[in-house]
Amino acid sequence: MMPAFTKGNEAIAESAIRAGLRAYFGYPVTPQSELPEYLARRLPERGGVFLQAESEIAAINMVYGAGARVMISTSGPGFSLMQEGLSYLVGAEVPCVVVDMMRGGPGLGNIAPAQGDYFQATKSAGHGDGRLLVLAPWSVQEACDLTRVAFDLADRYRNPVAILGDGLLGQMMEPVVLPAPVEPARDVAWATTGAGSGPARVITSLDLEPEALEARNRRLQEKYRRAQQEVRWEGYRLDDADVAVVAYGISARIARTAVDRARDEGVAAGLVRPITLFPFPSQAVRDVASRVRIVLVTELSAGQMVEDVRLAADGRVPVRFYGRFGGMVSTPPEILDQIEQAASEVRAA
Amino acid sequence: MAALDLIAAGFGGQGILFLGEVLAWAAVLEGKNATWLPSYGPEQRGGTATCTVVVAGGTIGSPVVADPEVLVAMNGPSLDKFAPRVRPGGLVIVDASMVDRPVARSDVRVVRVDAVAQAAALGDVRMANMVLLGALLAAVPVVSLDAVKRVLADQFPPPNEALAAANVKAVTGGMAASRGAAQPLR
Repeated sequence: MMPAFTKGNEAIAESAIRAGLRAYFGYPVTPQSELPEYLARRLPERGGVFLQAESEIAAINMVYGAGARVMISTSGPGFSLMQEGLSYLVGAEVPCVVVDMMRGGPGLGNIAPAQGDYFQATKSAGHGDGRLLVLAPWSVQEACDLTRVAFDLADRYRNPVAILGDGLLGQMMEPVVLPAPVEPARDVAWATTGAGSGPARVITSLDLEPEALEARNRRLQEKYRRAQQEVRWEGYRLDDADVAVVAYGISARIARTAVDRARDEGVAAGLVRPITLFPFPSQAVRDVASRVRIVLVTELSAGQMVEDVRLAADGRVPVRFYGRFGGMVSTPPEILDQIEQAASEVRAA
Repeated sequence: MAALDLIAAGFGGQGILFLGEVLAWAAVLEGKNATWLPSYGPEQRGGTATCTVVVAGGTIGSPVVADPEVLVAMNGPSLDKFAPRVRPGGLVIVDASMVDRPVARSDVRVVRVDAVAQAAALGDVRMANMVLLGALLAAVPVVSLDAVKRVLADQFPPPNEALAAANVKAVTGGMAASRGAAQPLR
């Protein structure tokens, strides 16, 4: 099959339709606006609802009421506005897919690529003790593939699932083979779809009795424990590595080229790429940290995922960090230089 | 390793992004892998436009390129900014209609093509980008002319097939102008 050649934003949009997307709510923000632009044209043609809300806050609350396969997309400032709604969705156990194509922050920041929303996406869905499941594609093909996975996970766990990309992934074009459309078999016994007779269905995150709210929280935490089985990660050239680079998304693409160049120069480098950021592949990072002599984490942030890597490595090896931020993007020569510094650090030790 | 990586740069409106897209899409049509990365932002006609293309037979790591093998410069500021970054032994293609200063490198090969003038002679200055694409393909035959023709036919479907033909003519004109001006890289 001949691949399409398309932008990450558009690949996610088309893949969502093919995963059975029935409703999209959103509000434009660079660098993800091609996604709603595509759906505005294509989703109604295929029987779905596209609605541009008056704000991100309105959009996320529309998601709360959809009942069907539903998606919302945004970038940093909009993702912040959605946090309250995401917390309600998590509390009420309403599935949805939320796409965050990260840009430079904090505040209005700029529209260049960044990875500074890692904490916000992985540590908490708004207030309370809720979590998003978080997927981090590194190519247009994987963005397309993980969109399908995201909808399936959202339904399976009745929890919002985030696709955490960045402006670069959203804007770049690559060949992509699109999956065949599916009509998903969904258990929607929870949805308030006007089912007629039977017990009343209530979607709420409100439990005024602390005993009841603690029970709800125990249920959520049990769900996140079960979700550990969804961990995905990929290793590259790790077998005899002294230096393990850990990076996700577009940073991992840049790091992969740097790893190849390091190998060309005789430095035994490899790459660990978390694909799920929550659940985080802690065991994999721990295993690799037990085999290598030093770990180098690189992100387009001032250092966020590095905290999870340090927790996983648990002091087994030194963990160095290199980040660019504010919309600046690291390059293969920069990362190569960091790999060489890490290698010389362990040689000196 | 990449079969080719390239930065094309110029003014917004000169067709920099389209040049890269035709090249990358042609590579994909030939069964290769390609990435196309635009500079995006509050861009405007007359501002700066940059795009990065990587073509390879297999997996492409970084779509971000700091030290390209090839630079296509459609104006002076782009040449000044990116020429120092081209890898030794690489190639710099300059639109001589837009840039009168020399390329201050002795370790890269330089192809100068009067792209705007040649495009104007073909009927539309906006095809200067395709003249430069032709110059690139003559020096580095990374994709076939046939694949480029297929992309242009796809981009200019009927009733605009005349535009496709005109753009193909600009590409072949650029190839002819470039031949002999540089040795193939491999």
